Amino acid sequence: MTDTLLSVSDLKVHFPLQRAWLGGERLAVRAIDGVSFDLRAGETLGIVGESGCGKSTLGRAILRLIDSTDGQVVWMGQDLFALGDKALRAERRHMQIIFQDPLASLDPRLSVEAIIAKPLRTFHPEMSRNDVRKRVFEVMEQVGLSPAMANRYPHEFSGGQCQRIGIARAIILRPKLIVCDEPVSALDVSIQAQIVNLLMELQQSLGLSLLFISHNLAVVRHISHRVMVLYLGKVMEIADRDDFYARPLHPYSQALISAVPIPDPRLERARERILLQADLPSPINPPSGCRFRTRCPLASDICATAEPALRAFGAGHLAACHLIEDEPVES
Amino acid sequence: MPSTPMSGDVLSEARATNAAAPILSVRDLSVRFKLPQGAVTAVDRVSFDLHRGEVVGIVGESGSGKSQILLSLMGLLASNGSATGSARFENTEILGRTAKELDGIRGSAMSMIFQDPMTSLNPYMRVSDQLTEVLMVHQGKSQREALGIAIDLLDRVRIPEARRRIGLYPHEFSGGMRQRVMIAMALLCRPSLLFADEPTTALDVTVQAQILELLGELARDLDAAVAIVTHDLGVIARLCDRVIVLYGGRIMEQGTLDEIFYDPRHPYTKGLLASTPRLDERTHGELLTIPGQPRAAMGDLPGCPFSPRCALRTAPCDSAMPPLVADAGGRRLACHNSPLEDRRP
Repeated sequence: MTDTLLSVSDLKVHFPLQRAWLGGERLAVRAIDGVSFDLRAGETLGIVGESGCGKSTLGRAILRLIDSTDGQVVWMGQDLFALGDKALRAERRHMQIIFQDPLASLDPRLSVEAIIAKPLRTFHPEMSRNDVRKRVFEVMEQVGLSPAMANRYPHEFSGGQCQRIGIARAIILRPKLIVCDEPVSALDVSIQAQIVNLLMELQQSLGLSLLFISHNLAVVRHISHRVMVLYLGKVMEIADRDDFYARPLHPYSQALISAVPIPDPRLERARERILLQADLPSPINPPSGCRFRTRCPLASDICATAEPALRAFGAGHLAACHLIEDEPVES
Repeated sequence: MPSTPMSGDVLSEARATNAAAPILSVRDLSVRFKLPQGAVTAVDRVSFDLHRGEVVGIVGESGSGKSQILLSLMGLLASNGSATGSARFENTEILGRTAKELDGIRGSAMSMIFQDPMTSLNPYMRVSDQLTEVLMVHQGKSQREALGIAIDLLDRVRIPEARRRIGLYPHEFSGGMRQRVMIAMALLCRPSLLFADEPTTALDVTVQAQILELLGELARDLDAAVAIVTHDLGVIARLCDRVIVLYGGRIMEQGTLDEIFYDPRHPYTKGLLASTPRLDERTHGELLTIPGQPRAAMGDLPGCPFSPRCALRTAPCDSAMPPLVADAGGRRLACHNSPLEDRRP
């Protein structure tokens, strides 16, 4: 579990806006603004944050579905951004993505069999029809769909089943990495649990690495090995799962965790909550210094003037905040 | 205490803790939609009471009919929908009334907060006009008076710089601020009955926490009866006093917060609680799941709508809907195979 599959360093994705009238300054939405992390083989990294924090952009930039402004992504030892079209295409077979809206991500005019078979037919045109079909049926069973449904169309399936189709399509090439972009957010609670279980089981049996992007901290706790918190395109904290939930260090992480209601009335009503004021500032013109300072209950003068760097507070536990007291780094 | 089949009279006596007459009494409410492929029952003979000062959570998955209950009570069903049964609000029947008849109470004595504040506010009107209109129409206030009340209320829902921002259009507010505007609008005439349909589902958790705090505070101050529809058991745990669990348009179980969360009896309630991953517990391995898919309300089945997914399913479950029985404390349960008798010592 120690070999690094993916190494992201100082990644930036800026979306330029139209130039203001009369030659104003060229503005950009700084969706990702200097993000670095490693993803190990066979690991699930949960990426959490509120809308607009850049978590979906990050997933797409890593797959080169959108262009990055700056930074580097090293994928199995190669610089992903330096690859030519042909070489990129060859690598892409190892990386897949599952989307939030299960129905919208499936072509309504194709049968389920054709949808799931598409990656295989693209990368293995030499495979016989029969072999393709055999493999399609195999993955359908793996994701809990009956091969008898192979001739049906997406609209005939419920949301949970459509998500299973999306997962089948993602695993048919035996990828190494799947970016899961809010894969259970659109699903009912009882179905959400089924899909989470399926992803965990596939992650184990296929040795997958998952980037699990979600705003649901309870689901992330369940599925992830490590957790990374984003705020306005920056990493606020990254830590092992148990360490993170037991000892969230960044004031933003603490606020996020305390904001999630727990389905246990006595516990829920006894909890102390950190209520953040105001809403997310604009990513076009983020606050100076620490981006979180405008909503931070602890903010002091230094927060406005200097941007805090990620510092280590124990093995693998990094946080970007001036105000966390230093602790001896455990071995 | 033996369980008895539910009737309207038993129900009104049942909740011993709430001696006062309910402000809203719903009896045998059914909602049907006409579709090209036939009639669909979205809500099937649902009865419940709401009392002043209590917050009731209505929980269920897609297709459970939870939103349609609120919409039918507000007279806002889609044009192919119709509601039958009875709903008495302050002793006046409100089901089957024309829009004109309802206009006297909608937006004043009873009002509703919707899930999506962007689509529920008028994008062409300044917030000030949308808010003052309510007061001028319902209470005959002058524009100046109405504006003063509206600004006070925006302050109350903690919109910063309310005096300036009341002149803005909805798109100039963030999602959380828009939801505050909508809450302010619903509260302008101090309603005695407030409905909220997934009021925080479209919001980020930190904003959700602000809005939930605000809703709880306002509900207490108003002493209104509040019904909140949600799929989020955490929201229920934070805000509600009582819970109604819906599945396939039927009430499966109803009880106090403690009864539902610490002593759930219906297999569906149990499944729902067990399949929700919790932030405070490191759940190991597999989450418990409810097999199958939520039932889309289609046609009328004779049996229990949950039976195709139920672990306790027996032959009677498919042939007859179990009656909703109540105990002396007002707890209600509809299951052939789960006892309602008190198991506590």
